[in-house]
Amino acid sequence: MELTRDEEDALHGRHGEAMETAYRVLVATGEAMGAAGLEEVSWAHLSGVNYNTIGEAGARFLADMAARGTRVQTRTTLNPMGYDARADHGLPGEFVRGQEGIASSYERMGVDMSFSCIPYEIFREGDVLPRAGRRVAFAESNAAIYANSVGGLRTNKESAFGALAAAIAGKSPVAPPEDPASVPTVRLRVDGPTDLDYGLLGYFAGAAGSQTVNLAGAAGPMDHRGCKSLCAGMGTSGTCSRFALDGQACGERLDFGREERDRALDSLSTAETGDMIALGSPQLGAGELAGLASMIGGASFKKRCVVFCARASLEAAEAAGDAARLRRAGCELLADCCACLTPLISADDVDSVTTSSVKAAYYLSRSNGVGVDLRPISEIVRGEAR
Amino acid sequence: MRRTIVAGRATGPVLRSAEPINFLGAVDAARGAISDPSHALHGRALRGTILAFPHGTGSSVGAYTVYALKANGVAPAAMVCARPDASVVSGCAIAGIPLMLDGGLCAGVRDGQECTVDTVALTAVPA
Repeated sequence: MELTRDEEDALHGRHGEAMETAYRVLVATGEAMGAAGLEEVSWAHLSGVNYNTIGEAGARFLADMAARGTRVQTRTTLNPMGYDARADHGLPGEFVRGQEGIASSYERMGVDMSFSCIPYEIFREGDVLPRAGRRVAFAESNAAIYANSVGGLRTNKESAFGALAAAIAGKSPVAPPEDPASVPTVRLRVDGPTDLDYGLLGYFAGAAGSQTVNLAGAAGPMDHRGCKSLCAGMGTSGTCSRFALDGQACGERLDFGREERDRALDSLSTAETGDMIALGSPQLGAGELAGLASMIGGASFKKRCVVFCARASLEAAEAAGDAARLRRAGCELLADCCACLTPLISADDVDSVTTSSVKAAYYLSRSNGVGVDLRPISEIVRGEAR
Repeated sequence: MRRTIVAGRATGPVLRSAEPINFLGAVDAARGAISDPSHALHGRALRGTILAFPHGTGSSVGAYTVYALKANGVAPAAMVCARPDASVVSGCAIAGIPLMLDGGLCAGVRDGQECTVDTVALTAVPA
């Protein structure tokens, strides 16, 4: 990989220890992907926020970085953490102290405390999204796929350290052009696809490709909820960073029909019913909160229903009255966290969880150790709200 | 083709996995062992080994697990992968774990075999 003189200096520690660490990651990552060089990024989005996932070693690493005066060089946002900072969940003190330490380290480095896995959604308004075609560095997989496929931006599917290094250096390596022969086409052959079908399509397609997957027949009926579900499903099963809709591709051709859909569903849905309902991985945006409130109408959930959303979306829903409608319907609205990898859902309290999210299903089963009842959102509302 | 990603030299017994490794979901960073019961290496210790596997998979946060293995003193002495993935590459870069890409070596090396990997000279002996 070619480096400028300034980048060489940074790699050899002449711009300080933090910059040297960042460049070590950028150069190793760039060499591994066969990058020609580094390019400026106008936005970094970090994973590695939840104490559940990075633990004490990660928390100490970030505290050291912050103590050395490390500052991010570009606008930098953050993934969800383990819980809602403004609610009292009765979590163990050790977890809360660890989580607060991580948040404080990021804040001292100049990171925007967004705690959201849908940066593309909460920063769309107010002209804060970079111009189309700009390079960004997103570590959250659903956000990277959304940015590349729908958002008009360009990002690698960054690792947690890759995005942090890009934030500190303000640059990231650029992958060489993809061989079109390695881009498979997956044709959607499910009639009247639901939001869950799009999630399962993503889960199937993500395992079929390595970088880009071309999707045939999916463009027409897909709404925003379906699109988010697709991005999250795709990010869960493999290494893909992008989908194209009805594009040109010369790789393998696969059908995603009833049979493939059912097989994917059976592998993820392990329970007949749930002791509670968890919605939101990715977190729900303001539009989806309004949509959910309308869908429920005057009914209400008869079991615990936790809705995970971004703080900015919750504030918008409070202002619009949707938050009050959802609370009347028995929903518990939590911000800053997400159905994935939160300690708020534990096998000590529940045996199984009903959700519409493929990504949540994957992690609830593997990391939280609970059964999962996976259904489309409309079916959950019809079956559980009376 | 053999390529260096993180420079270094290490000797140890080979721990070979034919399956990819999801560091976030399948590795216990405190004990330094494969913790996923469905993984072929379930229960095997990583400390001091030359870990040979096709590639990492899963969440972007897996990079922190690679780092945590090193911080907790239970990391492999070196890693050899068939193809690079961002989490293993960046985790090894931060942790200073030598990392070499060599698909032939990953497929051909025997589990338990003593091996010296030198990612600067690009040698792996015996292999």
